[in-house]
Amino acid sequence: MNLATANASPPATQFVTLTINGQQRHLEVAPWTTLLDLLREYLDLTGTKKGCDHGQCGACTVLLDSKRVNSCLVLAVAKDGSQVTTIEGLAAPGSELHPMQQAFVDCDAFQCGYCTPGQICSAVGMIREGHAETADDIRELMSGNLCRCGAYPNIVAAIEKAMDATRARLSV
Amino acid sequence: MSLLKSILGTAVNTDAAEHLGKPTRRVDGPAKVTGAAKYAAEFNVPNLAYGVIVSSGVARGTITSINAAEIEAIPGVLKVLTHENAPKTAWLDRSHRDQISSKGGSPFRPLYQAELQYSAQPVALVVGETFEIARFAASLVRVEYDEKPHETDLHANQAAAHPPTDNSGGYTPAPKPRGDAESAFEKAAFRVEAEYSQPSEFHNPMESYASTCVYGEDGKLTIYQKTQGVQNCQAYVCSVFGLSKKDVQVISPYVGGGFGSGLRPTYELYLAVMAATALKHSVRVSMTRQQMFSFSHRPEAVQQIKLAANGDGLLDSVTHHAFEETSRKEEFLETVVNWSGLLYTCPNVSLVHQLVNLDVASPESMRAPGAATGIFAFESAIDELAYQAKTDPLEFRRKNYAEKDQNLDKPFSSKELRACYDQASERFGWQGRPLEPRSLRKGSDLIGWGVSTGCWEAMQQKAEVKAVLTADGKLTVSSATSDIGTGTYTVMTMIAAEFSGVAMENVSFELGDSSLVYSPVEGGSWTVASVGSAVKSVCEELRAKLFKLAGKMDGRPLGGAELADVTFVNGEVRVTKDPVKSVTYAEVLEAAGLDKLELDTTEQPQLIKRATHGCYSHSAVFAEVSVDEDLGTIHVTRVVSAIAGGRILNPMAARSQILGAIVWGISMAMAEEGLMDHGLGRCMNHSYAEYHVPVNADIHDIEVIFVPEHDEIVNALGAKGMGEIGIVGVASAVANAVWHATGKRVRSLPITLDKLL
Ligand code: FES
Ligand code: FES
Repeated sequence: MNLATANASPPATQFVTLTINGQQRHLEVAPWTTLLDLLREYLDLTGTKKGCDHGQCGACTVLLDSKRVNSCLVLAVAKDGSQVTTIEGLAAPGSELHPMQQAFVDCDAFQCGYCTPGQICSAVGMIREGHAETADDIRELMSGNLCRCGAYPNIVAAIEKAMDATRARLSV
Repeated sequence: MSLLKSILGTAVNTDAAEHLGKPTRRVDGPAKVTGAAKYAAEFNVPNLAYGVIVSSGVARGTITSINAAEIEAIPGVLKVLTHENAPKTAWLDRSHRDQISSKGGSPFRPLYQAELQYSAQPVALVVGETFEIARFAASLVRVEYDEKPHETDLHANQAAAHPPTDNSGGYTPAPKPRGDAESAFEKAAFRVEAEYSQPSEFHNPMESYASTCVYGEDGKLTIYQKTQGVQNCQAYVCSVFGLSKKDVQVISPYVGGGFGSGLRPTYELYLAVMAATALKHSVRVSMTRQQMFSFSHRPEAVQQIKLAANGDGLLDSVTHHAFEETSRKEEFLETVVNWSGLLYTCPNVSLVHQLVNLDVASPESMRAPGAATGIFAFESAIDELAYQAKTDPLEFRRKNYAEKDQNLDKPFSSKELRACYDQASERFGWQGRPLEPRSLRKGSDLIGWGVSTGCWEAMQQKAEVKAVLTADGKLTVSSATSDIGTGTYTVMTMIAAEFSGVAMENVSFELGDSSLVYSPVEGGSWTVASVGSAVKSVCEELRAKLFKLAGKMDGRPLGGAELADVTFVNGEVRVTKDPVKSVTYAEVLEAAGLDKLELDTTEQPQLIKRATHGCYSHSAVFAEVSVDEDLGTIHVTRVVSAIAGGRILNPMAARSQILGAIVWGISMAMAEEGLMDHGLGRCMNHSYAEYHVPVNADIHDIEVIFVPEHDEIVNALGAKGMGEIGIVGVASAVANAVWHATGKRVRSLPITLDKLL
């Protein structure tokens, strides 16, 4: 018998408190549950996408304490006390779209839409970082987010369009 | 509103159109940017179990043992399915075939036997109470094999090539030879003879394949599935598992990209249904990114081309012989060589397409299947021939322009390729381009300009559409088609609004549900032609019906006007010259005592008109590359593509389709390569980190031009489809630009820097 299998039993669950889209959540999860799976499988926040589960595509990008991260590379229990903003929380529920979301619609910056929540969260995170001035900067700094549909030119156009309004929102 | 538009059933008058031809934002845009759009793995139901797939580690051989019992002992594991305990499925191959598979093949059956067919095929499904437990347990599965030798190398097995013996939809066998290509070649003034190769490529849509199979209390299955064809999946599940159609519903409102990989039912669907029915439990099975390399792919190809031109630079001989891989059990067929007998006038042509069976998964159509492959090689060779003849490559193409489809000996339904050459070359600034390679520089970089022609067939399939107008004046139109990012929801809503006269905001289009009326799979760029034409028909019938009912109303609100005298707009029938005489659709329904008006139309392809013509879309692609002479790094700095694709219904989404396809072409030229380790018979770079596709920083200026093209033959809408044409010819334009920059002719894709040093 394989030793690894003989002793195999899933580790005990742990408690974690996260503020997700402004709402405090107390959760009991396995220590190996990623933030991505926590959102998608336990909280039905499926706007955050899984493209690779290996930190290679950016589809799972969320804002963790205002910074953009690949949520597939974050273990939920390691982020006790953190604030998480997902695509569902970018604009207040029932209110208008966030300027970045609106710009993505206006510029047709997606096709299948699967990379889109990650692109939008990443764009907001990038603007907050404050290094993107030109279209070339945007191309470079958005290169962690793959778009297999190839919507890149429109993604750059949308981000340029929403840059000022997004900055204005961040500074309040 | 012109009178013309109100005459039912006439050809579409573009100028008069209210919606068609106007850039229109996606109706599903808000759902996609807020995360509200639900994809297959996102339908969460109570008590969902998770299946994790275990993939084989060897290509050929027999499984001698799997430690399934040990795995099942792990707390939280519900079941381990392997070939040893998998419930029986249908016996005959016929029952495993789908709409798309080759007609005579034996489709792959997961967990069917100990015998392996290819590396990374599924060999077990571990079902657990949570995803984490299933994944953990799957990591502990140990499979022992009795290995056998395999063959995965196309180049090494080229001698085993054979002509196709099978057939499948969408495949056109190579035409018979015309003239005598061989002796014309021998006599010609200018000649090119070269071999081109292209590796296998993997579709890799951003969303992995997933199936959420919900097991109902009554044993009925509701399957949320990633697919390009819900009814194809439904029919497959019913036939393989012996279920009745009323007990299986396949739903797929949003699809995170397809590119052809979802034309056929994928193996996680089979596994999810097997697990759900065996356990009587709802189960979700998703592929990992690695497993996205374990089924369909664009087949590796080797192409031998011989071209010759006479002293006047006229093409006199074309020989194109393509070898493509397929699996052992199915012939994957795509149209590779036919384009070479079609693109230019040439009296002597010999075209051959052959297959080599290897121990690999069956290939499948990938964006512009066959054309992307064949035209890359042929248009590279044309460029080489133009250089032999010391002629500007654009001039060479114009000189040899084909005025008719010589393969079929028929006129084209329409062909505005000349306008594509004119407009794109002007935009690009081609004029004055020095012929000699290595003559353009920018700082220390070599600059090169290349051109290519592109072509794709304008197809149409049978499709059915249902329209329901309700008493509140709202129109719901539906068909079991799909929106894989192509903009189906939006364009169908536009077509329905255009031809029904119901305002856009009061029209909704439903798709992605097998219980809707019949639609073919979404593929081949035929969705607008097929489903869109049916939407047009059903809405025209709706108008006719409303007009008839309005004529019977008390008080004759239209004052006895004829059909030709009225306009249908904004949910009203109006007398065109006297618009105060009008009646709303809601009033018509109320007067007729109807709570709804329901119509259903099946649109057949325009076979009679189409039979006498060659129906294709065309493109002219211009590319600029910049090459660092010391390092060999290559950037595609500019692409201009002019498309003659018939009528453009939504220029916004159409442009996005072409942009995306050009990114795909750049990707094909510069990046994509399934790296096979033939020792292991396995694709080694099966991840997004190692299988390269462009990132944002790789993509620079891209410009798309739509050339006006009127066509009443292809289909009732005159639209030729946008999904494929944009990629065709991009790789050759880039390769030709690399030659112009460097003087090096790279004939094997992708064009990586090592090939330039
Ligand atoms: S899913 Fe996290 S980076 Fe791809
Ligand atoms: S929109 Fe499809 S992957 Fe980006």
